[in-house]
Amino acid sequence: MFNYYDPTVTAMLYRAEITIKLKNGMLDPEATTIKNALKHLGYECQSVKQAATYELEFTADSRENATDLVNGMCQRLLANPIIHDYDVRITK
Amino acid sequence: MNIAILRFGGSNCDLDVQKALNNLGVGAELVWYKETLKSFDGAIIPGGFSYGDYLRAGAIAARTKIMQSVAQMAADGKPVLGICNGAQILCESHLVPGTFTLNQYPKFICRWVKLRTVGKSPFTVLSNAIVDLPIAHKEGRYVVDPQLLKELYENDQVVFKYVDDNGLPTLAANPNGSLDNIAGISNLEKNVLAMMPHPERASEKLLGSADGNAIFESMVRHIKAL
Repeated sequence: MFNYYDPTVTAMLYRAEITIKLKNGMLDPEATTIKNALKHLGYECQSVKQAATYELEFTADSRENATDLVNGMCQRLLANPIIHDYDVRITK
Repeated sequence: MNIAILRFGGSNCDLDVQKALNNLGVGAELVWYKETLKSFDGAIIPGGFSYGDYLRAGAIAARTKIMQSVAQMAADGKPVLGICNGAQILCESHLVPGTFTLNQYPKFICRWVKLRTVGKSPFTVLSNAIVDLPIAHKEGRYVVDPQLLKELYENDQVVFKYVDDNGLPTLAANPNGSLDNIAGISNLEKNVLAMMPHPERASEKLLGSADGNAIFESMVRHIKAL
């Protein structure tokens, strides 16, 4: 594991919270079904949206580098840019 | 002639495609995704549920190394056909534009559909204008940016549309809510086709229709002409 007292070690452990959701205006059949099910239970909602969240831990040289890595993960695998928007929150 | 049929963990229409090709006297070799794609004349990515449809249908398979070889084949002008999950994989690989996502009514549909062959494609030269093929999917609703859709029409990339008995792309004939009833789409160069319906499941009269054969035969004819 990391030795935070060793000045030669530059890599830090970062945590990222990623939220992937459908772009505004995209049809979300699952959310519509959930909205209807809530209605059956007596909960009337004007809208329901759902999203996927990912919590990751990884090492990076800097916060900037960590952000780049997570953006790469989203663009190359986790999100489909045709239908999704994503939010990234980096914590240490 | 030798056509590669790719197999990923969860592919399940591989043997059906191989049988359909063999029935036409065409050599077809099953290729596990960890193997190298040696020199083949074309490739077919069959249907199934690769990697359990985890993340998104086709998303994981699209990032495997063998798909880079498929992209190279496509760049070399060789025909590449993706059927159902194979079509989703081609979209996720960005070898064709757009994406196939969750059906408008979010359940698995398995039934026969009528398709109109819309655009010119090397996969449909021997095909009738209207064909009967089965679909079997939960993520078959085609989605693409409106601006890109315009370009797809301009470039003749829309290959199949769901139609009614009169051959019209009506709302009622659209099984999954696909944009503009689109069932099949090709790349700009036309040598890559992604289609949700299953031609291999309509490759013998005994199965209800042999309309699917024309798609494989067209592919073979295209290879011979290359």
